[in-house]
Amino acid sequence: MNARHLGIAEALREGIAEEMRRDARVFCIGEDIGIPGGWGGAFTVTLGLEKEFGERLVNTPISEAGLTGAALGAALMGMRPIADVQYADFLFCAMDQMANQVAKMRYMSGGRLQVAMVMRAPVGVTGRGSQHAQMMEPYFLPLPGIKIVCPSTAYDAKGLLKSAVRDGNPVLMFEHKLLYGSKGPRTETGAIDASSDIPEGDYTVPIGKGVIRRAGSEVTIIATLLMAHRAQEAALILEREGISAEVIDPRSLVPFDWELVKESVAKTGRVVTVEESPRRGGLGAEIAATLVEDMIDFLVAPVKRVAAPDTPAPFSPPMEKFYIPDAERIAQAARDLMEIS
Amino acid sequence: MTKQARDPAWQLKQYRTMVLIRQFEERVKYLFLEGVMPGTIHQYQGQEACAVGVCAALDAHDVITSTHRPHGHCIAKGLDVGSMMAELFGKATGCCKGKGGSMHMGDLSKGIVPAVAIVGGGLPIATGIALSFKMNKEKRVAVAFMGDGATNEGAFHEALNMASVWDLPAVFVVENNMYGASTPVKMVMKVEHIAQRASAYGIEGRTVDGNDVEAVFDAAREAVEKARSGGGPTLLELETYRITGHSRRDPCLYQPEEERKRAVANEPIGRYAKKLLAEGRLGEKDLEAARESVKAEVEAAVEKAQRDPLPRPEDALEDMWV
Repeated sequence: MNARHLGIAEALREGIAEEMRRDARVFCIGEDIGIPGGWGGAFTVTLGLEKEFGERLVNTPISEAGLTGAALGAALMGMRPIADVQYADFLFCAMDQMANQVAKMRYMSGGRLQVAMVMRAPVGVTGRGSQHAQMMEPYFLPLPGIKIVCPSTAYDAKGLLKSAVRDGNPVLMFEHKLLYGSKGPRTETGAIDASSDIPEGDYTVPIGKGVIRRAGSEVTIIATLLMAHRAQEAALILEREGISAEVIDPRSLVPFDWELVKESVAKTGRVVTVEESPRRGGLGAEIAATLVEDMIDFLVAPVKRVAAPDTPAPFSPPMEKFYIPDAERIAQAARDLMEIS
Repeated sequence: MTKQARDPAWQLKQYRTMVLIRQFEERVKYLFLEGVMPGTIHQYQGQEACAVGVCAALDAHDVITSTHRPHGHCIAKGLDVGSMMAELFGKATGCCKGKGGSMHMGDLSKGIVPAVAIVGGGLPIATGIALSFKMNKEKRVAVAFMGDGATNEGAFHEALNMASVWDLPAVFVVENNMYGASTPVKMVMKVEHIAQRASAYGIEGRTVDGNDVEAVFDAAREAVEKARSGGGPTLLELETYRITGHSRRDPCLYQPEEERKRAVANEPIGRYAKKLLAEGRLGEKDLEAARESVKAEVEAAVEKAQRDPLPRPEDALEDMWV
């Protein structure tokens, strides 16, 4: 069978279309979607889908709380909405609906109802200053009731989207603006190629399963989204220096593939976590704490966190470059660990 | 429907449901004050005509969202007081298996979304429910109950605007009980009637005597039929008064005595009883029998709820995921 080579935006578009064809309960709801001549959302993911699906692309007013609550209400009635916000930062406007309603509704009902809904949200520090740039994972990581996925390749994006639509629980999908491969007027400066061969026909990527992007034996580097790509660059640098790094892309944050991470740590004994978000209270902190609790006998060095500083994202390019972890910083963290033991 | 809706059996049913809410709430209040019942409570005494009048205009498959003060809405929409009482006692047999409590009561099989205790939070959800009805061409209606305070929330604006631009089958019901917790409505909004806010969305707004169950029913039925037939949403303001505290042990010192006296004299159950007796088709015996049967129902619910098992502590870990 022919595989096609697609970017994340195209792969997601195809995945959404296939799910909408497969299941009449699936629909899209968001801002600036379904407008002929429009953008297909902020990053072209739903571009042109209105031609086939018409009113199943529900274009909303600029009302993030409203559209999130509306997706929840429809989900309670058995629909399977795929909601999206233009920038993940806007989830703060919808935070009551996300945190108090979407996340808790099933639990509060004693498990008697279900909320099968997907929320898609673009993240990434990308030349837009502080309010169109946040990595939102740390705000949702401690929130029980919402699954979180973070695809870094087009293959995973399509497969995880399909799993999310079919999951039956609320799933929040963070997508990185530099990885979309958006085309035309929505092309992103500094974009990274995250395209993949996409097989013909249906496939899914399981939620909660990470993947080893690069096998290694001396240090484990854990990173998602854009940072997963930077981590692989770092591993190449390290390889040239004779250091064998294993790169794990967890792909899902909730549930988290602890098994995969622990297997790797049992082998390497050294861990670098990488985040594009501030260091305080992030995924790296959660990984470090868990590994100290569960894997202390295997660790030969402290867990090292590479993260953004505890500031908002700055605008000016040199400051922004300083803010976002790059391959060299990740590689240096690994070298530091190798020196300790 | 009008004729049938006014026959004595119908009237007695509305009277009985209001009495059921009142006695349920009074019983709960004492159980709570005696220290037998855990948690906190926001009660509905004085507002019974709102829930009962609106829900009498709904079909079983219509859906409501409720608030932190949900007991009246749940009873009016048909949730049995046994599973509600069990929920209040935190029992495994409660309508939410003890995971919801007073502020999150509900049962979707009865058309009641587990109550949303964040002020205004239920409104976008009701809009989405109505959206699904419209998309699926179902002749069902979503009703969002709220207090006056919710109309000052951003969620109110977003939900009503969306329902309006999409002509959704929704009815937004404001129970204006004149106070947001202890704050008088007049201190926090300049419009004379909350219903005026409907004009901001290009929809109809009406102010109705919320202590007159038949007036509420009439207005709700018009709004519901309009919604069901594709005419879009309505904002209904029901003027009423809370004759109990905002929450547990609130002595209501902020309610002026004269105002409170007038409100108590105007409470909906006594008023309806007078009206029914004056009409002459129902007698005191009928009303008495209704009250007695309610008393038995509530007592049975209390006794059963107290006997029912508590959840196992580790049941806290269940019901997270499908």
